[in-house]
Amino acid sequence: MNNLKILVNGIIKENPTFVLLLGMCPTLGTTSSALNGMSMGLATMCVLILSNFIIALIKKLIPDAVRIPAYIVVIASLVTVLQMVIKAYAPDLDKSLGLFIPLIVVNCIILGRAESFAAKNNAVSAIFDGVGIGIGFTLALTSLGALRELFGTGNIFGLPLWDESYGMLMFVLAPGAFLVLGYLIVLFNKITKKA
Amino acid sequence: MLVVLTVIAIVAAGVLASVNAVTAPQIEKINAENLAAGIKQVMCSDDIEVSEPQEVDAFTAYDVKDAAGQVLGKAIVTTENGFGGALKVLVGFNTEGDILGYTVLEHVETPGLGAKADEWFQDKIKGLNPGKSNFTVSKDGGEVDAITASTITSRAFLKAVKNAYDKFYASDATSDNAQQPAGEADKKAEEADVLSASDMGTPEVIE
Repeated sequence: MNNLKILVNGIIKENPTFVLLLGMCPTLGTTSSALNGMSMGLATMCVLILSNFIIALIKKLIPDAVRIPAYIVVIASLVTVLQMVIKAYAPDLDKSLGLFIPLIVVNCIILGRAESFAAKNNAVSAIFDGVGIGIGFTLALTSLGALRELFGTGNIFGLPLWDESYGMLMFVLAPGAFLVLGYLIVLFNKITKKA
Repeated sequence: MLVVLTVIAIVAAGVLASVNAVTAPQIEKINAENLAAGIKQVMCSDDIEVSEPQEVDAFTAYDVKDAAGQVLGKAIVTTENGFGGALKVLVGFNTEGDILGYTVLEHVETPGLGAKADEWFQDKIKGLNPGKSNFTVSKDGGEVDAITASTITSRAFLKAVKNAYDKFYASDATSDNAQQPAGEADKKAEEADVLSASDMGTPEVIE
């Protein structure tokens, strides 16, 4: 597989949200608005690229029996470092992203890609896989967040499209997340199966 | 196997410790700046001197003076359970207990609903005195309009502010009461009863 293929693979063929259905907890929980969804997607992408890269580098040193704890230690350390650096040097970013960063540790996409891709491929391919899956996840979360925000409050990215009083509150709350996700998966399958 | 895992854990711990050592002072500085900016905002004054924090029960209070040494009032950090979790509010009172301003420090309220508390009450509670006005949402017979579709958050917010007032200004309020005609004081006491009764009976309905 060349690197471009790996990139597109993460966005369409193995889209983590619509095809693999991984990382549902942050997907449903953080997409109450387009901006929240996009922030979570981007934060996850950062960690995913770094963790894929590091794990691809050290994969030969890790015995099979302890690979899962070893990956978890790497991922958790990365997330914690990222959180501390953002808090210290980008406080504005921390205000919008801060809530989501600790959640990334428990996102099974990261461990899933470490196990199924980074542990079997070289470091450069692993970076491309991280970027592809990251973009796929970010696009999915942003569209989910945008639709929920639109139906729930009449805004997209905080810009009003119609009056807030026409909004259906349910879409901002938990049931709306399941509904919109379900219909987006249907739509995604409809489009990709044809192509 | 054991060696590899141990080495990885040690390296990870070392990286975390060194990053923490570099970032911790910076994070502390930013937190202090945020708090200072928050206090300036809720006291509606840029030129202020803030005392060391005083911890009283669950509250943290700061005595605030202006540059000339004139006492402006108190900025108080107060916490109450909102709809989604702890709702932490920094509220500024003048020496009489009138509200100068507030800012929401931490919350986990519903986005688009309860999360609007940060903006919603700005022009609604400024100048009110929780001891002298009926400081509850209009649904409970009070003077303050609740956030649309977020009564629980609104109740929690007002309760947080009221609690802070009660803790730091209630003793002043009793001495005020003593100077007032008896009928007035009775009416106040009655109001207070109604308030606490409605607090107890607050049904846990969905927001």
